[in-house]
Amino acid sequence: MIRANRMTLLLAALIASTGIAHAEGELNIYNWGNYTSPEMVKKFEQAFDVKVTVTDYDSSDTALAKARQGGSGYDVVVVNQVYVPIWVKEGLLMELDPGQMENFKNVAPEWVNADFDPGRKYTVPWAVGTTGVVVNGDAYKGDADSWSIVFNPPEELKGKVNVVPELNDVMAAAIQYVGGEQCTADKAVLKKVRDVLVNAKADWIAMEYNTIEKMAAGDFKATLAWNGAGFRARMKNPAISFHYPREGYGVWSDNAAVLKDAKNVDNAKLFINFVMDPENAAMNSAFHGYANGIAGSEKFMPDTMKNAPEIVIPAERREGGQLQRLCSPEAQDLYKRIWTDLRK
Amino acid sequence: MTSANDLTTKLEAVDARRRWLLASPALLTIFLAAIGPLFIVLAYSFLTPGDYGDVKWQFSPDAWIGVFFERDIFDDTLSLATAHVDIFWRSVKLALITTVATLFFGFPTAYFMATRNERSRDLWQFLITIPFWTNLLIRTLAILQIIRNEGILNTALIKLGMIQEPIQILFTDTAILIGMVYVYLPLMVLPIYASLERLDFRLVEAGYDLYATRWRVLRKIILPLAKPGIIAGSILVFIPAIGAFVSPSVLGGGKNMMFSNLIELQFGQGRNWPLGSALSITVMIIVMAALLVYVRNNSAKDERHA
Repeated sequence: MIRANRMTLLLAALIASTGIAHAEGELNIYNWGNYTSPEMVKKFEQAFDVKVTVTDYDSSDTALAKARQGGSGYDVVVVNQVYVPIWVKEGLLMELDPGQMENFKNVAPEWVNADFDPGRKYTVPWAVGTTGVVVNGDAYKGDADSWSIVFNPPEELKGKVNVVPELNDVMAAAIQYVGGEQCTADKAVLKKVRDVLVNAKADWIAMEYNTIEKMAAGDFKATLAWNGAGFRARMKNPAISFHYPREGYGVWSDNAAVLKDAKNVDNAKLFINFVMDPENAAMNSAFHGYANGIAGSEKFMPDTMKNAPEIVIPAERREGGQLQRLCSPEAQDLYKRIWTDLRK
Repeated sequence: MTSANDLTTKLEAVDARRRWLLASPALLTIFLAAIGPLFIVLAYSFLTPGDYGDVKWQFSPDAWIGVFFERDIFDDTLSLATAHVDIFWRSVKLALITTVATLFFGFPTAYFMATRNERSRDLWQFLITIPFWTNLLIRTLAILQIIRNEGILNTALIKLGMIQEPIQILFTDTAILIGMVYVYLPLMVLPIYASLERLDFRLVEAGYDLYATRWRVLRKIILPLAKPGIIAGSILVFIPAIGAFVSPSVLGGGKNMMFSNLIELQFGQGRNWPLGSALSITVMIIVMAALLVYVRNNSAKDERHA
């Protein structure tokens, strides 16, 4: 007992003397709001004696802009897959080589490699989800498996629809709705997309991120949103359901990475390894409501999630999922202009 | 003689240097915190937007063209930027209504406070300032709780049987107005109170003695004497209201923008910092010009009175 204590002390002294990287025992995480399990963070803090601070962002562009300014003070950042190539190209991420980490063996086979991060040099899976339609069954009882819920709402839902203001997700959905190709730069298609969006906006009530609480409270009766948000809203209000549009829907992942100018690199690496542990990944899922791309985490998930229709895609819709990718600069520029046109 | 002269000039020089040195912290603050950043904004408005936000150091007048004209996405033709005019007009309209509404509620409040006895005045003043201690965002979220469809107001009205369906207030202009009036009300009350507190109420009594009606006393005696406070209050409310960001974002639902949301959009998803800078400067110039015209007119009128 005494010897063990002395050993820990010695070890602690050693770690302390090796200095800067471990310095304060701190870790700063920059992530989407309402997306980091507090229980998991607490477990990490206790296991490694590290003080964790989580800062929220509300859109991929906000996060990118902040990180590009440098000196943000964040260590770990969670990035949507569409944006990962931009972060890499802009030299914002540290080459982690997570494949060497102990827990990388747990990553589900389909996520071991990824187009947005070939060979997984920078990122590991945080959450995996879909973009679809969330509807309150008390307000609308008809068929909801279509983007028309958002882009041409039925009478009952007019003036009660919300759309999350995330450029890529909304553009992708509108392109699917008019039957265009992902990442199209075809102006004829995009003109249709613009008209659909601008006309639909008259039937929307808001463009907000906070869909979980506002769907549950009935401020919105339908919304374009992500499956985990749909799941969490249903947990609060059983009338709510998530739908996979038959025109096709987006499949995406968010990925944890370490910033190049991170101050607490060792702790950040510990954390990256930590989230790939199935039990910890399941804690995260239990909080944010999404699958996580870590094999074996299912058995640690709460029963409500195991067979939830928001997580397990129904057989007849499996084909419609479209893995999102970064579009050409030309398409991006057109999307951005349509988006600013829509928002103002 | 000459040496004495030399001495005085030397002393004067020392004096001048000392004055500059003593003033330097103030000058530095003004330059670093007020004028300097403005020049940066101005410079950015003449640059080229970077691919993912930020700017490239290449001169371009596009941002300023973009303030007034918009280029069609599909056929590249230029037309007047009516969307910007609409959003600007919306901001001005909401700010004006906010100013009038805060005046409507603020003046009687200030009058009430100023006519209490001296000891209780401090208490009333204290009560008015209390909301300032709570974070703006929290106060706005509290308003949201009250006016949302299943919020306190709608639930109460339904329980009382006055309405069947909840009234949609949240995500409308009314919601933004309620938020702004509540937040800016103290900024109107306090300056009016300050001028009413100094008002010599013997003048009011004299008015009544001379058989003036209540309305006449208010119009001819109280209002003119409270005018500096009303003007200060109106400016204090109008200017931040035109640039309000929190109320429209939280209560307006992000669908219908005010000017500040439009500017924020350029720095975020629009990835067009130069346009954002140009829009900021435009709104500043317009507000400043309006104020200058107002002050000119006012001082001219005062001179005529004198």
